[in-house]
Amino acid sequence: MVEFNHITKKYGPVTGVQGVSFKVNPGELFGLIGPDGAGKTTLFRMLTTLLLPDEGSLSMAGKDVVQDYRFVRSNVGYMPGTFSLYQDLTVAENLNFFATLFGTTVAANYALIEDIYRQIEPYKTRRAGDLSGGMKQKLALSCALIHRPLVLVLDEPTTGVDAVSRKEFWEMLKRLQAGGLTILVSTAYMDEATLCDRVALIQEGRIMQLDTPEQVISGFSRPLYAVKGERIHRLLEFLRQLPQVVSAQPFGDSIHLTLVAEHCLPEVQASILQERPDAVTEAITPTIEDCFMDLMPATHG
Amino acid sequence: MKELAVFIKKEFRHIFRDGRTLLILFGLPVAQVFLFGYAITNEVKDATITVWDQSHDVMSRKLVTKILATDYFKLAGVAENYADISNGFRSGRHMLALVIPPDFARKFQQHEAQVQLLLDASDPNMANLLANYASGIIANFTRQELRYAPSNQIVTEVRMTYNPELKGVFLFVPGVITVILMIVSTLLTSIALTREKELGTMEILLVSPLRPGIIVIGKVLPYLLLSFLNAILILGLGFTVFQMPMAGSMPLLVLELILFIIAALSIGIFISTKTASQQVAMMISLFALMLPTILLSGFIFPIDSMPWPLQWLSNIMPAKFFIIIVKGIMLQGVGLEVLWRETLVILAFILVFTVASIKNFTIRLA
Amino acid sequence: MDEQSVIEARDFTKKFGSFTAVDSISFTVAKGEIFGFLGANGAGKTTAMKMLTGLLTPTSGQARVAGFDVWHEADKIKRNIGYMSQKFSLYNDLTVVENMTLFGGIYGMSMPEIKDKAAQVIDKLAIKSFKDRLVASLPLGFKQKLAFSVAIFHRPQIVFLDEPTGGVDPVTRRQFWEMIYAAAENGITPFVTTHYMDEAEYCHRVSVMVEGKIMALDTPAALKARYDCKNMGEVFLKLARNPG
Repeated sequence: MVEFNHITKKYGPVTGVQGVSFKVNPGELFGLIGPDGAGKTTLFRMLTTLLLPDEGSLSMAGKDVVQDYRFVRSNVGYMPGTFSLYQDLTVAENLNFFATLFGTTVAANYALIEDIYRQIEPYKTRRAGDLSGGMKQKLALSCALIHRPLVLVLDEPTTGVDAVSRKEFWEMLKRLQAGGLTILVSTAYMDEATLCDRVALIQEGRIMQLDTPEQVISGFSRPLYAVKGERIHRLLEFLRQLPQVVSAQPFGDSIHLTLVAEHCLPEVQASILQERPDAVTEAITPTIEDCFMDLMPATHG
Repeated sequence: MKELAVFIKKEFRHIFRDGRTLLILFGLPVAQVFLFGYAITNEVKDATITVWDQSHDVMSRKLVTKILATDYFKLAGVAENYADISNGFRSGRHMLALVIPPDFARKFQQHEAQVQLLLDASDPNMANLLANYASGIIANFTRQELRYAPSNQIVTEVRMTYNPELKGVFLFVPGVITVILMIVSTLLTSIALTREKELGTMEILLVSPLRPGIIVIGKVLPYLLLSFLNAILILGLGFTVFQMPMAGSMPLLVLELILFIIAALSIGIFISTKTASQQVAMMISLFALMLPTILLSGFIFPIDSMPWPLQWLSNIMPAKFFIIIVKGIMLQGVGLEVLWRETLVILAFILVFTVASIKNFTIRLA
Repeated sequence: MDEQSVIEARDFTKKFGSFTAVDSISFTVAKGEIFGFLGANGAGKTTAMKMLTGLLTPTSGQARVAGFDVWHEADKIKRNIGYMSQKFSLYNDLTVVENMTLFGGIYGMSMPEIKDKAAQVIDKLAIKSFKDRLVASLPLGFKQKLAFSVAIFHRPQIVFLDEPTGGVDPVTRRQFWEMIYAAAENGITPFVTTHYMDEAEYCHRVSVMVEGKIMALDTPAALKARYDCKNMGEVFLKLARNPG
């Protein structure tokens, strides 16, 4: 449905995106996972015809994005990173405006957005600027969907959004995907990666890895252990000075640990118990964030 | 076309829901007209004059009486020598002095009379103005007494004919229209377009099937209409409150108004294609356009008395040409046969900025 | 007021017309404690923070911040706190050293003090090669770490951190938290808001705001035990989704 072919984009001497290639299949929920400045927005702006790639080619539904930009514009639903609705227009006015812009009406495509729009319909005479963050987001999504696009492109839709609203938002995306829509979404929240069918981990303009979340996780090179205990910060300092420890990173209430070799585990466990009798050490499955951090130094160098 | 209609509707909603835009649109013109009409005026009234009459004959007394008979001048006193006069300037007793040399009546009949006007040039504009008024009266006097107009007085006579009451407000209304149209058209359109860039909505508009031309037209049409209403409002005030004359053709004036508005709008669009934020657009509109418009268009300061680099600069101010056109139509009653050159200049501005805007208004972000 | 508490709020309330943004909240924050201030968007977090930092006058209630009263001594509060947010941190068009000089100067530090402290920060962050570069040219991660260093440059009693790690890469995010820990150990009290639930676990105590009220306030371990949850993310979802 979407194909990036060796795409490079430079901003003056700075390289925004370097030789990126990937395909998104029809009906797939595809995630671009990476921190701010990794190149996610640049990739999406090229896909939505707002920027021209310096090198490489890019297609959507078999049509070249640069040549057939009119086709793309009629068939892509785009939600940019900044809140992009008219604050001084009401909910209904915003929706009607975008519907007419794409040569359609709200009534014609109501079924598609009903699930989302119903939640904000009670406030339809309220100005968009007066809505809460979660409601603004629902309105923006309704506006991006109103012309029944082939592909939905969402640039960091959950940035700055609280955990509850983020969860609701992903539930909405899942339902849209079930309806057959192809969705590309970018996020800096690593935990959201597992909600995608496939993810590209991106850092400094390059894709470090591209696979299903399960495959990314199973590709993690070493056994991983979690140490749980009180006063994480002190525990962390203690672990880092152990010679057998390669890396020790805080993850919420525990510390994720990789060791120089698997057989070192008993020694390490013994040292930990000596220092902290109450600490618990166990082998765990890595998270996407572990994988991301593991991949990072490689591209850093 | 339906897209354009909803776009325009949206634009009007933005305007009518924003108190500040409305205030700039309709409060500012009214305030400016009254401000310039009443408070800031370059009319001369009761200017103090000292007379040193060395002749003391019938003619010289007649001339003095003639000057003092107007509302413009009021006698401050008589002087006996130049020292008196310069003391008077220093103490602020008078603003100008008239010196009539001896034997005035005889020389006058022989067409070789001279009078001297002394002015305080520390305020050159005022000095210039007083000199014009006084020499105008003297020229009038000469014509009445000798029944012919000396050739060196023609300039003064022209002014007196087209604005016989020398009303400052007649000269200011065209200036105010020009400045207001520049503000409304250039400033507001450039802000309206850059606001969409700041909001992020420009991204959505560009990604939509809407053609860029429609975006620009949709943005511009409401302001064209509002600017035009504005011009009518100012003219209406000029006619009713200040009894402005309308010597020439109204349809021609309307046509020229629309042309000037389009020129200002095209400059506004050009600015917005070059800037990314409302603030920068506002700064450019205000400082790079408004100030030169006010200062260099001949609205306040006469272009003739500017040094040549500024005179040359004034030629790239569309406002200068528009003020000439409006004054020409309203005060002198002339038509295109006289104003075709100025009209062509305005058309050229439209062409240049529209082409530049189209070249710069890309269908993409960068 | 307790010797060891740096923030003490009692029945702290802010109303906007008929809407109560902050509804009679009471809590204390101890010196050197990392205090997590959680809540959904629109729960009243930002309003409460603005009142505590002296930017907004409360409608009713009492609060002392850094030992000063929010009603009458807002200017003294401002001298004794630091502030950093994801949105504004440093001036992009000034160099690293110029930013430090500026903020040090704003808080009344002397030139030798500023020089001394700037050298320390540059050394600690290992950014010697960046010190005369414009902040705009630094990578985001560096910027955020630098911003934090500048926010605690004048050794405030409390540093308010409003979503300091939004969009930052996972490695830098952890380095950032290590800086927060170090500051807390030096007696500066970090007061943090975040949307990353794993970061809530790093706090000594966490409060969860729902609809203007503090619904829960305790250590992460105690909260997880009380609500029978595996992690703070679940605690937050439970509280914010089913208020009351």
